[in-house]
Amino acid sequence: MAEPSASGRFGDYGGRFVPEALVPACAEVEAAFRVAWADPAFVGTYRDLLRDYAGRPTPVTECRRLSEVLGVRLLLKREDLTHTGSHKINNVLGQGLLTLAMGKKRLIAETGAGQHGVATATAAALLGLDCVVYMGEVDTQRQELNVFRMRLLGAEVVPVRSGSRTLKDAVNEAMRAWVAEVDTTHYCLGSVMGPHPFPWMVRELQRVVGDEAAAQCRALLGADPDLVVACVGGGSNAAGTFAGFVDTGAALVGVEAAGGAAVARGVPGVLHGMRSLLLQDEEGQILEAESISAGLDYPGIGPEHAFLAATGRARYESAADDEVLEALQLLSRTEGIIPALEPAHALAWLVRAARSGEVGSGSTVLVTLSGRGDKDAQQVMRLLG
Amino acid sequence: MSGVALEPALRARRDAGAKLLVTYMTGELTADWVDYLQVMVEAGADAVEIGVPFSDPMVDGPTIQEASVRALERGATPEAILTATGGREQPVPLVAMTYANLVLRGGLQRFAARLSAAGVTGAIVPDLPLEESGSWEQAAGGAGVAAVLLAAPVTPDDRLGLICERSHGFVYGVNLMGVTGERASLARSAAVLAKRLKAHTDKPVVMGFGISTPEQAVEAASEADGVVVASALMRAVLDGAGIAEVGDRVADLRAALDRG
Ligand SMILES: Cc1ncc(COP(=O)(O)O)c(C=O)c1O
Repeated sequence: MAEPSASGRFGDYGGRFVPEALVPACAEVEAAFRVAWADPAFVGTYRDLLRDYAGRPTPVTECRRLSEVLGVRLLLKREDLTHTGSHKINNVLGQGLLTLAMGKKRLIAETGAGQHGVATATAAALLGLDCVVYMGEVDTQRQELNVFRMRLLGAEVVPVRSGSRTLKDAVNEAMRAWVAEVDTTHYCLGSVMGPHPFPWMVRELQRVVGDEAAAQCRALLGADPDLVVACVGGGSNAAGTFAGFVDTGAALVGVEAAGGAAVARGVPGVLHGMRSLLLQDEEGQILEAESISAGLDYPGIGPEHAFLAATGRARYESAADDEVLEALQLLSRTEGIIPALEPAHALAWLVRAARSGEVGSGSTVLVTLSGRGDKDAQQVMRLLG
Repeated sequence: MSGVALEPALRARRDAGAKLLVTYMTGELTADWVDYLQVMVEAGADAVEIGVPFSDPMVDGPTIQEASVRALERGATPEAILTATGGREQPVPLVAMTYANLVLRGGLQRFAARLSAAGVTGAIVPDLPLEESGSWEQAAGGAGVAAVLLAAPVTPDDRLGLICERSHGFVYGVNLMGVTGERASLARSAAVLAKRLKAHTDKPVVMGFGISTPEQAVEAASEADGVVVASALMRAVLDGAGIAEVGDRVADLRAALDRG
């Protein structure tokens, strides 16, 4: 996938819609990342951390039993096997190193499911940075265990009580905090969203997922897969995955939560520093997304996904809560892999599409399993009664 | 309704030796919110900002967030606010304060025309920095609405020059690195930014964010042409202050600024 334009745009989407006070900081992050990403020493340190600390490369696992059930050949990119249990670690190690390169000492982050918060707290502990994580109050309750993990890792967790008290409000609060602390603090945004350069930078830091997977698929299949599927909250695991396949013949599918389907039901608008597709009412008030998965509870989508949807290079589907729970159980029982609720959306769509024949039998399919289900076990236990 | 043009009105007051007082009222915060607006004008505000509430007010602190939520819960919409605004002519300029998504929702030109029709002659959209505000400035200008731009303490000199050049109505100096809301004391960055802005432009320079008391207003206005007082007034309204009480507060601010 290409670089955004000088104004940070992917087609009509993206940009830098921030208060004047944050314009210099965004420009600083962009300049620092450009230098770092072209610097073999920086990239080398990052690669070493991904290998020795995060446990990369992650394997691609062929799902023999589930493939048989679905009538396709299913491969999983196993981001669940990374340290901290999701793809979020790829991004935070990069932004953590960038924070050091910029001479800053502190990280702030927003989190929904808590995975990005845990990952940021982890990177902060590893690199000796202070860390504050903003988390919607509703999410602190849904993901209690992750709140404890962040605190154990030495981070401060701030419950956000404004608005819908979920991910979008955590982003607002982190942005507000960043303005006041910008000289010492880097805002470690957790997805391919927000003002330029974040959507581009986070995609670049996640492209290791797709680059590895593309090579692994070729080794396993002798060809590119027919279909590449990933779940989409802000869209970072999907963007990283798609980056490895956008130049192949593979069809790309992003799967949103039905209650947060920004591509299907969104309208172009401006939120959190970017122009993208957003769930909003007639007046322009942002609507609250609703999903069992805190990590997909976001009323927008990263601007590059809005662009890929507009050009038709990727398409975006959605999955509803009940089919997600079913897919989660199906993968657990057939493959011995308990997925997080977020990537269970990608599987849920695939299950539906394979059953309906929309995905033809015998198709080769790569699904990014963006995280493991440990964090959701309690919630799933309650939901399954 | 044709409102009072923003820049000429503020220039005239300033050139006559007054320090400018701009107050703020969240649209539809209460059923009688236009009466609050009216009393602010009667008590000596030189212009009034009308907050058009957005669900995700990124530059606002707890007070204006609370006011926005309350107004939205009352069913506030840009249309309702502008209809009520247009229903009562004011002798001073009115300035909308809102966020990019509301401006963009129905189209820039339509929003600008709607403001103009309601007698609103200025607009502040804090999440449209220089790089993103070009088409809005054009649309606003075309409808006779002054697009007010903001400068921050960290804005480098070359940008400050551009902001002063392109801002219409006045230049809004943001006192501090932070969000709106009451503060115990005025940030040191306020005077520095005010001086830098005054060195760059002859347009009225008005400082805002965190000005809570008459003393702070006087201090903030000393290097600038005037001040915006918003959260402190909204705090009072949220806590139940009536129209007369808010009028008294604005009169106190006016008197302090006039004493200097
Ligand atoms: C496991 C997992 N997958 C996916 C997501 C969604 O984020 P994104 O769309 O940026 O990959 C999250 C977010 O918290 C997550 O924890």
